[in-house]
Amino acid sequence: MSRLSDHNVIVAKEIIARYPKPKSALIPLVHLSQQQNGYVTDDAMRHVAELIDVTPAEVYGTASFYEMFRFEPTGKYLVNICGTMSCQLMGAESLMHHAEHTLGVKAGSTTSDGLITLQHAECQAACTEAPTLQVNYRHRYRVTPEAFDELIADLRSGALDAEIPPHGTLGRNRQQIPADRTVGAPDPDDVTEGPAWIQVSPA
Amino acid sequence: MSNDHISRENTDRVVSPYPWAPGFYPGDRPQIVTSRFQYDDAYTLERYHATGGYEGLRAALAKSPSEVSEEVKNATLLGRGGAGFPAGTKWGFTPQGVWPRYLVVNGDESEPGTYKDRLLMECDPHQLIEGCLIASYAAGLSQCFLYIRGEMALAHERVAAALDEAYAAGYIGKNILGTDFGVDIVLHTGAGAYVVGEETALIESLEGERGMPRLKPPYFPAAVGLYGQPTIVNNVETLANLPFIAKEGAAAYTAVGTATSPGTRMIAVSGHVVRPGVYEIVNGSTTFRDLLYGDEYCQGIRDGNDLKAFVPGGGSAPWFTADQLDIPFEGPQAGAAGSMLGSGAVMVMDSTTDIPAAALSLVRFYAHESCGKCVPCREGGTWLYRLVQRVVDGHGTDADLQTILDVGQSICPGDMPHASSERLGLDAVPFPYKMTTICFVGPSAYVPIHSAMTLFPEDFDALVTKRGERRSIPVMAGAGE
Ligand SMILES: Cc1cc2nc3c(=O)[nH]c(=O)nc-3n(C[C@H](O)[C@H](O)[C@H](O)COP(=O)(O)O)c2cc1C
Ligand code: SF4
Ligand code: FES
Repeated sequence: MSRLSDHNVIVAKEIIARYPKPKSALIPLVHLSQQQNGYVTDDAMRHVAELIDVTPAEVYGTASFYEMFRFEPTGKYLVNICGTMSCQLMGAESLMHHAEHTLGVKAGSTTSDGLITLQHAECQAACTEAPTLQVNYRHRYRVTPEAFDELIADLRSGALDAEIPPHGTLGRNRQQIPADRTVGAPDPDDVTEGPAWIQVSPA
Repeated sequence: MSNDHISRENTDRVVSPYPWAPGFYPGDRPQIVTSRFQYDDAYTLERYHATGGYEGLRAALAKSPSEVSEEVKNATLLGRGGAGFPAGTKWGFTPQGVWPRYLVVNGDESEPGTYKDRLLMECDPHQLIEGCLIASYAAGLSQCFLYIRGEMALAHERVAAALDEAYAAGYIGKNILGTDFGVDIVLHTGAGAYVVGEETALIESLEGERGMPRLKPPYFPAAVGLYGQPTIVNNVETLANLPFIAKEGAAAYTAVGTATSPGTRMIAVSGHVVRPGVYEIVNGSTTFRDLLYGDEYCQGIRDGNDLKAFVPGGGSAPWFTADQLDIPFEGPQAGAAGSMLGSGAVMVMDSTTDIPAAALSLVRFYAHESCGKCVPCREGGTWLYRLVQRVVDGHGTDADLQTILDVGQSICPGDMPHASSERLGLDAVPFPYKMTTICFVGPSAYVPIHSAMTLFPEDFDALVTKRGERRSIPVMAGAGE
């Protein structure tokens, strides 16, 4: 069953309420579904479509534009090796060779135990610490072949379970907006001459 | 390919003194946005309070919104997202008497070489939040969306936690600090697409659409932006300067740097220097030579090698060589010399660099990141990538080099900006270029290969097979004469 769970529907409704228009919640909700299922399923996209009142095709249309959404089962750990210029200058290609060799898979595929998916990636905003990689979007800096091997061993043994949640989970915490503090999302169609908090004096 | 030596030396390289701010080096210089990086708990409200946090907001709320806005205008705070447009002026482009209006914070940092916004979000999220609140007050904004690049898990955690703390402490939401002023800040997550950093694509993405840039005009979302309403888009670092300006005043800000480029700015230097890192430099007066060779900065080129070239302002910027080292961080001067300062990212190549391979890594990036909306970028970028790949692989001919230039012309017609070169007897062609595309992704696929081929023609000559003039086979009218 890959529709959103009852709990996640509650989370989804909270997220939707933060935006002036429900469709703005599309990307956050697809992330939520990916967090639940490890990847983006057809049923989940149908469910997200229901929640924000668009067609499933619109959900897929948007989601398919973005690289973080995966539409097929993915390893528990997604290892992204940066190959853009700063990393390329510091030996990203050897690192990728080493990774492919060590894991026994080509970039773009998953190890046979389903644990690790290896990918080429682009600049990860850590260029001074090249070559870099990310595991489920958490950085590892100045990665040597030895450091890579150690990382893989730690992932396999579960030593990093607390630090790196499974693929799909972005943050271990999520913003909570307290109901008694929120101003609420102003409706863009309700055009006024000033913000609610400035007294607009009649001209 | 030969840029291909991850060595053990990588681990021995100097590491920054604050392991929680990887790559950051403080110095004996004014610190406006990185003053709290010395604390390993700078991301907590407790530390923020202990170090003057939210005092800028208090100072702002004691004045009228227009006074605050005027202060920012007087500070000439230049946008740090790439275009360098003054923030105060941009806020003034919002039409009179049309509300609601929105603030969208551009935390999509993904320009090759750029690494500063992520540090600011991870190490000092409250400073950014305070900046968002000051901007919202000054420009009369109704709601704020903090759009963080999806691939930054730690930044998400830190910013989400900081927002929760700030809501609980009464800094965000209704009746901020007991005043009538109220605004929500909503953390929004991207999902991986470089082009979404372009402000109109950012807005499309925030509306739940594919992140494709909008056709211009209107040129500024300040007039027509999110949901068709007036919208201010500002970069993370731009906003992080506001607490200082609100608290200390415009005069204290302009006392640092030059009149046209005041304050400081964060620069990431990566590649073949002794000490790659992120430095908060004095704007306007610091030169590339200071930055690359200064003891307080990168300490020279690695292994005592010579400098071959450097990218001065993120992957989209035309390249410089040693001839341009004395140019300061002053936009118009970099422009006249044929490039731009862009997003504060310098990538350094030493004399051992395989230049075609380095250029390829950027061409591939921009070709890959094309959103597909305009043909010259979608098709041209892919062509460029394939052609350059073929040349780098050693299968190219001199005709391929010409085709690269021809394809480039269809993206950027006319003279292409490039640096001067004493060695080759070349004069500079000033920035910017003309373009046939909606945004800068298309031209950016051409820029690196154009720079590389212009400044280092011999590196390409050596790679390709010369086919020479195409021989025409004469067709004789009467055979056998
Ligand atoms: C292709 C492209 C990518 C961009 N990426 C970013 C980015 O990642 N972060 C950013 O702040 N600005 C980026 N910009 C610039 C934004 O469009 C916009 O100018 C900026 O966010 C405005 O903020 P500022 O005035 O505070 O600099 C990009 C522009 C283009 C054309
Ligand atoms: S230049 Fe490229 S990325 Fe920009 S709008 Fe056109 S196709 Fe999209
Ligand atoms: S180029 Fe690899 S992190 Fe920026």
